[in-house]
Amino acid sequence: MNDAAIMTRENRSFLSRMSDTLWRKPRLLLILLLTPPILWLGIIYLGSLFALLAQSFFSIDEFSGLIKYELTLKTYRELLVPANLDILVRTTLMAVIVTLAAAVVAFPIAYYAARYARGKWKAIFYLSVMLPLWSSYLVKVYAWKLILAKEGILNWLFEVLYLKWLLDAYLSLPLIGGNSLSVSYTGTFLVFLYVWLPFMVLPMQAALERVQASYLEASADLGATPSQTFKNVLFPLALPGIIAGSIFTFSLTLGDYIIPQIIGSSRLFIGQAVYAHQGTAGNIPLAAAFTVVPVIVMGFYLWMAKRQGAFDAL
Amino acid sequence: MTSAVEFKKTSRHFGKVKAVDNVDLTIGEGEFFAMLGPSGSGKTTCLRLIAGFEQPTQGEILIFGESAGGVPPYLRNVNTVFQDYALFPHLSVAENVAYGLMIRKVEKSKRIRAAEEALAMVRLEGYGDRKPSQLSGGQRQRVALARALVNKPKVLLLDEPLGALDLKLREEMQEELKGLQRSLGITFVFVTHDQGEALSMADRVAVFNDGKVMQVGSPQDIYHRPKTRFVADFVGSSNVLDGTFPGKQPNKNVAASLRPEAIRIVKSGGHEADIISVSFLGAVTRIGVDVGGCKLQVLVDKAQSSLAVGQKIRVNWSNDDLHYMEAASE
Repeated sequence: MNDAAIMTRENRSFLSRMSDTLWRKPRLLLILLLTPPILWLGIIYLGSLFALLAQSFFSIDEFSGLIKYELTLKTYRELLVPANLDILVRTTLMAVIVTLAAAVVAFPIAYYAARYARGKWKAIFYLSVMLPLWSSYLVKVYAWKLILAKEGILNWLFEVLYLKWLLDAYLSLPLIGGNSLSVSYTGTFLVFLYVWLPFMVLPMQAALERVQASYLEASADLGATPSQTFKNVLFPLALPGIIAGSIFTFSLTLGDYIIPQIIGSSRLFIGQAVYAHQGTAGNIPLAAAFTVVPVIVMGFYLWMAKRQGAFDAL
Repeated sequence: MTSAVEFKKTSRHFGKVKAVDNVDLTIGEGEFFAMLGPSGSGKTTCLRLIAGFEQPTQGEILIFGESAGGVPPYLRNVNTVFQDYALFPHLSVAENVAYGLMIRKVEKSKRIRAAEEALAMVRLEGYGDRKPSQLSGGQRQRVALARALVNKPKVLLLDEPLGALDLKLREEMQEELKGLQRSLGITFVFVTHDQGEALSMADRVAVFNDGKVMQVGSPQDIYHRPKTRFVADFVGSSNVLDGTFPGKQPNKNVAASLRPEAIRIVKSGGHEADIISVSFLGAVTRIGVDVGGCKLQVLVDKAQSSLAVGQKIRVNWSNDDLHYMEAASE
């Protein structure tokens, strides 16, 4: 190569010439980069989802147990019988409560991380929030079963502290109580809360990170007490993060079928119903109809959130 | 003159860092007071002490004669225009301006009217429905001003409010701020690192360095009679002449300041000088000269194109322009 050359054009290898071409045609690069994910998302992911949804408009023949490939709303009528409706209400309520509790628990953690944690402490924050996500979900759930069981550590702790009567009184409450925490709705709730909490903390922290300290100072400067500042500045600005987090906690709780199976009363959640109907019962249309419910609930939730202006501060 | 704000041996230390160190300062009512200093000199911390965002570690602050110790920002009748404006991004311009009134539960129709008036005062009528993100820097700055003034504070604190604006806008806003202050009669405390801004706008200036107040006085005082080498150098980059300089000095241990514009180029007499730098600044030209080993800055008002580096000229000044400073060192 000539030392005095200003622009090198000759003696470029094949790969170098390829990258030169892509540099000249950025649109080609974009197409090359986007085609595989769009194919994956469009065909394999959304395609199979719609195939599943389409199944919900078929019905099952009660006598033969075979699927009749005729469009009908019969399966959806079946979804609304009291036993199935109970499942829907139970699951949705659990998802709402888990989401609210996660928001309340996550806020101080996210606020501390966004406002005060710097350097090493920020790393420790990320690590401690993410660490549970690195271990197996099943291990965590079974660990909780051991914690919450009648012979478990929590029971033992209450006994040592002479507070067993308190736990017993709580367990004797209708609905939320039970034989032990591990077979009560309370247990299911606690484990859901634990397992999904990181999904609330992280988006909330990201949203709070964008709230400059000077906004809070300006609010105080203009006469707002800390609680007024929270209501008028901090909460509205954190709301997109809370909504993002709640989408995770809410939809993950709606769809989970393992936690309520291992920890909780034996009453079914949507995920378990789907699992049972498409497996042992062989009722694919009803299973499909069950899966439509979380999709609709989430769609409605997002629509409400948008109407409430949750995304205005984005 | 009653005092609006008074610092009494006030210190604010962050660990070992003495951000504000034993400051005594009185700001009069209705005064346009500038706090001038390089970054990290403690001027902003002083402002935050008045606003209540910081608490003094020692000493106290009186606001209109009342001790502000332990009083949170939301109970102080002072308002701040922040350096980054700190407009709430989720609220419209009008809602931002009316925020303080909304907090004080002023009736909605009243506060809308007050917000409109405040926006008119800063010449932003009709911008109420926009979001802060849709405004230019200068407009945001004026919204921040309106948001503070709508509360009719006793003291308005301005933290480098013009720092982010370009030159022309800054000069316009200087005029406007000065006019507003005069018509409203509110005490303005203005923090800046721009000495031109401080001198042109303020009634009195406090020069800060290393958390201490170096000098307080009128702009003329500060400019013509700097007390220390730091003030002489920081305000208008004065020449500081040490005892070694070939000229009349009553005492060798005392240094004198000499303004660059006080030095004249002469045909004969005076001192011989070598030109070591020439910078054309528009209205004036600044030349650096070496007079017998002492480097001086000289401002020449007409662009003298004949001046070039390496040329030998003669310079002189009147001994009346030499201002002897109290302390020879620092």
